[in-house]
Amino acid sequence: MAINPEYIGKTFPPGPPYEVSRVKLAEFADAIGDPNPVYRDRAAAAAAGYPDVIAPPTFPIVIGMAASGQALADPGLNLNYAMVVHGEQRFEYSRPLVAGDVVTATVTISDIRQAGRNSLMTTSTRIETVGGEHVCTAYNTLVERGGAQ
Amino acid sequence: MSDQVSYDEVETGAQIPAASYPVTRLSLVRYCGASGDFNVIHWNERIARSVGLPNVIAHGMFTMAQAGRFVTDWAGPGARVVEFGVRFSAPVVVPDDETGAAITVSGEVTEKLDDHRVVLALTARSADTKVLTRARAVVRLP
Repeated sequence: MAINPEYIGKTFPPGPPYEVSRVKLAEFADAIGDPNPVYRDRAAAAAAGYPDVIAPPTFPIVIGMAASGQALADPGLNLNYAMVVHGEQRFEYSRPLVAGDVVTATVTISDIRQAGRNSLMTTSTRIETVGGEHVCTAYNTLVERGGAQ
Repeated sequence: MSDQVSYDEVETGAQIPAASYPVTRLSLVRYCGASGDFNVIHWNERIARSVGLPNVIAHGMFTMAQAGRFVTDWAGPGARVVEFGVRFSAPVVVPDDETGAAITVSGEVTEKLDDHRVVLALTARSADTKVLTRARAVVRLP
């Protein structure tokens, strides 16, 4: 069974807002091994033109994954998560996430298609502040191996 | 961290020297915790092998993060990343030893756009295998 193409175009309502904290940003920067002070030190972030410490470019995936978990778990989608690998990832940024941001993530399934024996699903996740300011949009392609059988 | 790069100084075709980033089993455990992605193939060798992988593999997003660091280190603190995308072409295999694996990233300035933006094409390899393809960043420089 393949991923259900009837889900193309479906948008999932955002969950509770996510609050970006300094501690989490420093923890994430440590985990990726990036010593850049703009992720930890407010003075360094201010010198670079930011109101507070910022997030590394890939940090929005943490917020996106939490939001897309709801979509991927929808039984009607028929996605076999055990067979899923990450195919592509892209971000478009209006600005970096900054400590203190309170944001929501809205996931839309933009495409579901077959490629040989695999099923590919592309989602876009729009991350914006609770005030409605766009921060970034993440485009994610998942590959379900053997999903088209 | 490098010195600040300016748009006017950058030339199309400029090569960005390669940098190598280590990844060990401990790196992956920390990334699981920080990212919330606890997929067992990133920490359990028995299960990784049982689903046909050669060993535990790094999170694709860990590899992408190393490429992101490469971009921001080159561009400097005054730059802004506008767009960043990759395709994951092969896994980074991380053995259970002291050294783990290495992810080597290099890049080239392929285009200068308007509004002080430049396009970087990135290459990432681990153990001589290309682990990212179509890796590209658009950065706005001062």
